[in-house]
Amino acid sequence: MFVIEVAIALLLLYLGVKFKQYLAVLLVLVQTAVMLYFEMTMAHGLEPVRNLFIDEFSIIMALIIGIIGSLIAVYATSYMNTYHEHHPEVRDRRRMFFFVIFVFLAAMFGLVFSNNLLWVFFFWEITTLSSFLLIGYSESEVATNNAFLALKLNLLGGIAFAASFLYLAGVDPSGGLLELDTLIASGQAVAIIPAVLICFAGLTKAAQMPFSAWLVGAMVAPTPVSALLHSSTMVKAGVYIIVRFAPVLLGTLAGVAFGFVGAVTFLVASAIAISQTNAKKVLAYSTIANLGLIVACASVGTPELVWAAIMLIIFHAVAKSLLFLCVGTVEHRTGSRDIEDMDGLIVRFPKIAVMIATGIAGMFLAPFGMLISKWAAIEGFIDAPFGIVFVTILAFGSAVTVFFWAKWMGKVLSVTPYGENLEGTVSRGKWVVLSSLTALTVLAALLFPLVSSVLIEPYVFGIYGETARLAQDNIIIMLLMILLLLILPLSLYTSSKESRKLPVYMGGRPTTPDLKFDGALGIQREMTTRNYYFEEYFGEKKLLHYSNPLCVLLILTAAALVAWGVMQGVVM
Amino acid sequence: MISIITALAFVILAPLVGGLIAGIDRKITARMQGRVGPPILQPFYDVAKLFEKEDVTVTPSQNLYILAYLVFMVVSGAYFFAGGDFLLVIFAFTLAHVFIVLGAYAAYSPYSHIGAERELITLMAYEPMVIFTAVGLYMVTGSFYISDIATSTVPAILYLPGVFLGFLTILTIKLRKSPFDISTSHHAHQELVKGLTTEFAGPVLGKIEIAHWYETVVLLGMIYLFFGFNPVLAIVVIALAYFLEIFIDNTFSRMKWQWTMKSGWGVAATLGFLNLVIVYYLYMGV
Repeated sequence: MFVIEVAIALLLLYLGVKFKQYLAVLLVLVQTAVMLYFEMTMAHGLEPVRNLFIDEFSIIMALIIGIIGSLIAVYATSYMNTYHEHHPEVRDRRRMFFFVIFVFLAAMFGLVFSNNLLWVFFFWEITTLSSFLLIGYSESEVATNNAFLALKLNLLGGIAFAASFLYLAGVDPSGGLLELDTLIASGQAVAIIPAVLICFAGLTKAAQMPFSAWLVGAMVAPTPVSALLHSSTMVKAGVYIIVRFAPVLLGTLAGVAFGFVGAVTFLVASAIAISQTNAKKVLAYSTIANLGLIVACASVGTPELVWAAIMLIIFHAVAKSLLFLCVGTVEHRTGSRDIEDMDGLIVRFPKIAVMIATGIAGMFLAPFGMLISKWAAIEGFIDAPFGIVFVTILAFGSAVTVFFWAKWMGKVLSVTPYGENLEGTVSRGKWVVLSSLTALTVLAALLFPLVSSVLIEPYVFGIYGETARLAQDNIIIMLLMILLLLILPLSLYTSSKESRKLPVYMGGRPTTPDLKFDGALGIQREMTTRNYYFEEYFGEKKLLHYSNPLCVLLILTAAALVAWGVMQGVVM
Repeated sequence: MISIITALAFVILAPLVGGLIAGIDRKITARMQGRVGPPILQPFYDVAKLFEKEDVTVTPSQNLYILAYLVFMVVSGAYFFAGGDFLLVIFAFTLAHVFIVLGAYAAYSPYSHIGAERELITLMAYEPMVIFTAVGLYMVTGSFYISDIATSTVPAILYLPGVFLGFLTILTIKLRKSPFDISTSHHAHQELVKGLTTEFAGPVLGKIEIAHWYETVVLLGMIYLFFGFNPVLAIVVIALAYFLEIFIDNTFSRMKWQWTMKSGWGVAATLGFLNLVIVYYLYMGV
């Protein structure tokens, strides 16, 4: 294992020098130096006994990786064919591409089942490497730069992760603490320092501010890669590890500081999503926002919040992968991933439009998934330390998400009087994947009480000795709402025959069927509608300008609190 | 805990009450403007007439969205009066509103498009304050269940004056009263035509009216929760609050959407938040 790590380091060094990315080279050197020092001086005699483990949380993660990851891989086979037709300038490295995807998924499985922290770290580094290779797939300058950006930010986390080994080996030379379950059970006095270091690594991987730039940059990769990074691999590794360490962070000020990093990220990323017209960037920012919410829940770490965090992970994985793949399909057929070009999608791609609408509903509407989790988060935060500030951030953040999702949904569902059905050109393999994911989005909302009682509640109970769940009446009401949503479209069959169709109101002007109208001076003008984007309030640069320093400050606060605690010898 | 009887009562009675309120509203408005005004039952005549009209649409799918709007408005209101979870009621309301917005988008018309966008802005403007209302009532009464909050003997208003004022502010937005009727103006000569509802006619427009009646009753029901300890006082306050809304409606001209955003978020961030922080630290003793 160590040999592979050194080989990876050498590969990264070679690539770093080749592309003159010296900061990346430096970071690789630092991390390798830490690991070498650890291996040379401390690793002897460190023999964690139980290297693997399995519990309900690992199973949930494995299901996400296995089901969603495989569906995306299937989709990618047909997507990559079209991709190379559209981009003849890109070197065909499909073999390498699929090899890396499977290594990536394998590493994720390794990550969630490893109990030995050295193994966790090994798989952690492989996910970093895989995403680096996939983001840079097209070998264009932008892609390469963004790949290195992702690498650099993740290496920062990697160094923190590696540093935790030095501490752990120093505390317990027998190596027992390198077992994840032992470490978490060992209590805050021992575990808080490695927990903060490893959760810092989690923050970088989960693209929290100020490290969010890499996930936005990763949008240059082919769409299945984005879907993979967002829903079932990379960023999920980051939140996975933080949820694991939630019991250690519970009740510590460092945990609250990390929680605020997540909460600020949730609010700011949601706001930025309003100002974006590029569908993939909207998806990227909403992922960052949702990860922020997960991090906030997990870092504060009460049983209710951990329940909410795991729910968020599940629902986000399903709905987000669906949305990415739909956008990818639309982009290939229409040549645009701009939301403004999506009006009338329901006319041109009726099935895909319904799928996009389902995915979007899954992201913000009752009774679908994300909303259930947000709700649980609100209830959970009220009783947590600094809860009222978290609730405030959540209230504003979710108001903002309603705006950017609903306006996109409206664009997709607006029925233009022109346009023809282009769906016949979409391949069968893609249909299978897209329909499965749509079904999963609805099923997740229908079956979440089951998932909760079989997997999440036992896990939470196992850790805290108490558990959380939603009240029975609420679950029944939500199931009824879903059924209503499924039944309502039937009304179309009864109403459509009776009503007479009229053209839209255009102020009484003569209008052509595709809504061109006669303006002043006899000039024919086209009617266009455009959504609000509020650049001046929610612009990307403007908001990041404030939020990034704020999050740096919060992370430094967490570090300072831990350092202070260590010096005082106080258990926090 | 959940009462099916009150829920059924709501489903049957709310349109009657809501329609009456709308009629009284028009009467008082007329008197404020020095007119005689229509009979109090006029809203019922209007809606009945709408249902007799021919069913014309731009696209059939808009009927589906409006049906969904009405259905979910009734469902969330029924859950409110059944005594259900306040947060779920709020989320179901959002769902209902998204449906009317989608209906407006579906028509692909410039006027309804602008109306839809503005409706979303109002949604974004009032949502935080509504959540604060639920959170504030939870802090004071210890439950998110409407049945517990309404029957609580705690004088919630004494602990939550800021939240109450904030709620009154967004009530103006939610009732689409001037100065916040930015998505559907009452006045047809203004730049919006009828905004959100431009492309709806006949029975579909009738459904929108009925949904609005249901909504009004639920919104006034939310005021009740602040005064649940004294039902008589609660009814008086509700009447006064609605009168205040009519008064505001008639004294302000429409403001821009920026002002709506600033008002909604402003009251949430100042009145709502400060009030909650005080309750959080003093009353809950955290």
